[in-house]
Amino acid sequence: MMNVALIGLGSVGRGVAGMIAKKDLGIAITGIADSQSGCMDPDGLDIASLLAGKSRKGYVSDQKISASDVIKKAEYDALIEVTPTNALTGEPAIGYIKAALSQKKHVVTSNKGPIALAYKELRMIAEKNGVALRYEATVAGAIPIMHTLEHGLAGNEILALYGVLNGTCNYILSRMAAEGLTYEQALMEAREMGYAEADPTYDVQGIDAAIKLVILANTIWGNGVQLNDIDRTGIDLLTPDALRLAEDEGCTIRLIAEAIPRKHILRVSPRIIEKNHPLVVDGTLNALTLETDMAKEITLIGRGAGSTETASAIIGDLLFIKDRYVQRA
Amino acid sequence: MKLEMKDSPGQLVAALKPISEVGGNIIAVIHQREPDLDNDTLNVQIVLELPEGRQERLISLLNEQGVRIQRIDKERLLYQRTVIMIGHLMHTDLSDTVDQIDSTGFAEVCELSMSMPAVNERSSSRITIKAVSKGDMEAALAILRRVSHQKSLLLIEPLEEIS
Ligand SMILES: NC(=O)c1ccc[n+]([C@@H]2O[C@H](COP(=O)([O-])OP(=O)(O)OC[C@H]3O[C@@H](n4cnc5c(N)ncnc54)[C@H](OP(=O)(O)O)[C@@H]3O)[C@@H](O)[C@H]2O)c1
Repeated sequence: MMNVALIGLGSVGRGVAGMIAKKDLGIAITGIADSQSGCMDPDGLDIASLLAGKSRKGYVSDQKISASDVIKKAEYDALIEVTPTNALTGEPAIGYIKAALSQKKHVVTSNKGPIALAYKELRMIAEKNGVALRYEATVAGAIPIMHTLEHGLAGNEILALYGVLNGTCNYILSRMAAEGLTYEQALMEAREMGYAEADPTYDVQGIDAAIKLVILANTIWGNGVQLNDIDRTGIDLLTPDALRLAEDEGCTIRLIAEAIPRKHILRVSPRIIEKNHPLVVDGTLNALTLETDMAKEITLIGRGAGSTETASAIIGDLLFIKDRYVQRA
Repeated sequence: MKLEMKDSPGQLVAALKPISEVGGNIIAVIHQREPDLDNDTLNVQIVLELPEGRQERLISLLNEQGVRIQRIDKERLLYQRTVIMIGHLMHTDLSDTVDQIDSTGFAEVCELSMSMPAVNERSSSRITIKAVSKGDMEAALAILRRVSHQKSLLLIEPLEEIS
């Protein structure tokens, strides 16, 4: 058995808890917290009843116990950090992750803030304490991009990467192309479908995709790239006419994140792309093409978000840690 | 595309007629002395643009003329890129934007399609640029990026093919 503490019980946290409860993965949840409450039990918590309580009351358990208490006092091997992304400060997640790592606990997160803002420092703390910091779920949801880079493509030099990393933008552009909608109409539709936030700025101005590009660049090249280094253009000024003009040539327009170190290119921008190009995926799907010295081009396509889809990436990281580090009867 | 042949007497002249017959456009004729051959034969390369699907016909016409082709290189020596620009294109002097490319001498705007929405709304245009080399194309795109920035236009570039 591996014991885990789960911080955050939103869409992703509930997905992870639900799958751990349902599947026989050899993982037990011994601590849990949301923004208002928490609880712990070294023998494993009853997830089903806690989740039912959460949806009834809005908070999961004892309001005198905080997330920090759970991180400090629960008995666990790995922390699952799935609180909201703060792209400016990375908090409270950075604090939570540091607290866990310095107690020699492994950390798995889906939170882009800490990895984009403090990757180097967090990695150093993890290394010093001999534990793992894994973040497969931060980029492209269910697509196992980090595992692919680390294992499948081990020994390859990554020469370039191109990605469709924001499902909201891809949905809006797909709909503008398919139905001739204006940007505003497509955005409204995306909101109704639950694909866009009330404030869509992070998505449509390419900030979310740029943050993911920062995470990928630091993972692959360790180059200390920051959000400010990304040349960024959003999709909010696109017109239906522009999509039609692209269509006339057998092309469409998609928001592409691109990193090519040899050309010093790090950018997120709407691009004209042939309709049969592998990166032209429909709706909220994500896609990534890696160009490497040995494998040449590899494209991965899959779901970039969703409760169970993101849980898939988190559980992949947990089981990797379990295999590699945690030996227990 | 690029045709390569030996310049024995009359070969070049015999080659030119079929090219114009199939609607080809000759861009350059390059004579090259083969350094490792001690005789006096010249190597001739004809760089030309050919409409889609005319290549077979051209080759059979050339054969009829007795022209011996040594090599056909379909690599596009003529670079073409299409971009889309969005913004107040007329208010920001579209002909000046086009002229900034045309006046370089190494690149030109060869096609421009434009949508004209209501007055004061942003318009969209598709602009195809041709250049002789990849480097020239890069330089032309750099000019467009600078002009777009100055004129507050949104420039949408093509995704480069993976090299
Ligand atoms: N949703 C996706 O498909 C997806 C995909 C990839 C990555 N991600 C990332 O994964 C993370 C979680 O996403 P989500 O969609 O599950 O978010 P969410 O639905 O907003 O849930 C966030 C959870 O974190 C809790 N929380 C907020 N502040 C906290 C604090 N200070 N201490 C402890 N817990 C706190 C919230 O508590 P309450 O319940 O009490 O409000 C809530 O349970 C985000 O960083 C997101 O960017 C999400």
